[in-house]
Amino acid sequence: MKLTLRRRQILWAYLFLSVSLLFFIVIRWYPTLLAFNISLRDWNIFQGTGPWVGAANYVDIWEDFQKPRSSIRAAFWNTLRYVLLGVPMQLVLALSVALLLDRIRLLAGFFRAAYFVPFVTSAVAVAFVWNWLYAPQVGLLNQLLKMLGLPMQQFLRNPDLALPSIAVVAVWRSIGFAIIIFLAGLQQIPDIYYEAAQIDGANRWQMFWRITLPLLNPVIVYLAVLQTIDFLRLFDLVLNMTNGGPLNRTTTVVLEVYNEGFSSYNMGYAAALTVILFGLILLITILQLRVLSRRVEY
Amino acid sequence: MATSTDSGAARQLEIAERLVSPPAHASSRLTWGMLLTYLLLSVGAIIMATPFIWMVLTSLKPATELVEFAFLPRNPTLDNYVAVLSANDFGRWYFNSLLIAVISTASVAFFDSLVGYTLNKFVFPGKTIIFIGILTTLMVPTEMLIIPWFNMSVQAGWNQGPAQYWGIVFPGVITAVGIFLMRQFFDGVPNELLDAARMDGVNEFGIFWRIALPLVKPAIAALCIFNFIGNWNAYLWPLIIASTREFYTLPVGLSFFRGETSTQWEKIMTGASLATVPLLIIFLLFQRQIIKGIALTGLKG
Repeated sequence: MKLTLRRRQILWAYLFLSVSLLFFIVIRWYPTLLAFNISLRDWNIFQGTGPWVGAANYVDIWEDFQKPRSSIRAAFWNTLRYVLLGVPMQLVLALSVALLLDRIRLLAGFFRAAYFVPFVTSAVAVAFVWNWLYAPQVGLLNQLLKMLGLPMQQFLRNPDLALPSIAVVAVWRSIGFAIIIFLAGLQQIPDIYYEAAQIDGANRWQMFWRITLPLLNPVIVYLAVLQTIDFLRLFDLVLNMTNGGPLNRTTTVVLEVYNEGFSSYNMGYAAALTVILFGLILLITILQLRVLSRRVEY
Repeated sequence: MATSTDSGAARQLEIAERLVSPPAHASSRLTWGMLLTYLLLSVGAIIMATPFIWMVLTSLKPATELVEFAFLPRNPTLDNYVAVLSANDFGRWYFNSLLIAVISTASVAFFDSLVGYTLNKFVFPGKTIIFIGILTTLMVPTEMLIIPWFNMSVQAGWNQGPAQYWGIVFPGVITAVGIFLMRQFFDGVPNELLDAARMDGVNEFGIFWRIALPLVKPAIAALCIFNFIGNWNAYLWPLIIASTREFYTLPVGLSFFRGETSTQWEKIMTGASLATVPLLIIFLLFQRQIIKGIALTGLKG
């Protein structure tokens, strides 16, 4: 039997897709559903099953969240603090550097690379390097404080300073990415707008507020969402810098998932935590889509 | 930016290309304003670089020099490197990380472009639903999948012996981001070219492999770079699935090494240098391509 061209094309298409379809079904879709399923069970890792307990894990999380000193309560509030501290810091610093970088020609490549370097290095190595910088007494930062005649700090061992100290490292590590995306956005603003503004007698400050910032709005929203999600998922820096301490003051939701799931093997509870994390990320993504689908007024 | 049209691929490539060349309106005249710009950028660059410089300098110091605060080592030595390398499996961890990053990157380059190509160039029932099905997986964070993946791996024995390599690599052999990226880039390949090859009797795989694929090389390069760095630095999943020391990747090995070294900072900084310096050199050599690649994939969201 001779196949028509159209039939042959359909067969080829499915042949090309076969391995990947299998992958997405088995490695992505099924585990997503399984995560919901596990979150509703008292799951035993060694049996690969467990009794159905309904919403009990979620109720447990809610009850733990209401206990004043629980690590779960700390994890959710800390994660919010990381976002509120880290995202604005990241956006303001990255935009400032991008605006400066956008003005120069000589050494532009050198500076771009310098700001970008930490982004390609392992978070674990970065965590240890900063542990050493933050070290009490002998650390570089404390030596600098001493030289300037300022009081030394405990940084990661100080319950009030530990979280901001980690947020600084997270910003330092990924600022290069935000700078690159901002630069791409800046270069898409036609020079003609600035030339016109100049003729109208606008100064730099006015041009920044009236032209640059409004036209960068989609980029800012995009980066804010991306970085909010990154901070919601903060884990490797925290595990390797403070392991959540002191007094749970730096722990995050994902660190609790790791501890509950893979130290206590409390998998149902951990899965329920990841479902909540998923809900939060989904909410933020939907908000982004709504904001971005609004037209930008020129 | 995050919104993208089908004709966006070429424009995105152009944006990424412009990014690594000097901006057209940038001035090279020396004014007070420019001087201030360079001054501020230099201060920032010093803040960015100091941790790495301090890391390498510390690794070259004998332990006794750490407490006396001096920026440069008085008696630079490679003793820490000898000690760390001889007492640990850094060589093996390098090999593991390299193996895993290469395998997953090769697999992603092949399958992501094949699927991207199929979703762009073929007409078949179920196309839209398959594309949406793949895209929606982007919404699910890895953290939600690690518990099911771990359960599946334990049942299958992928957390034991050499099967750990597969255990570490399997979640990343095909990526939705890459498929999305490649699907857009195949827009730039004219259908007439593919039809001409069909007339000449080339089979469909040959058309993909020999005609379409060479035309999207820049996009594949970007995808490979993005994926290689991501896999090289991956931490959470390898930490969970690798159960024996010989199968640790570099970041996992480094974190366990730290646990055993307590506060011998010169040793810890030696380990950190071993983990980062090779990647730093690669980055400095290929920084234009890497930044272009990251911009390209970053712009897709």
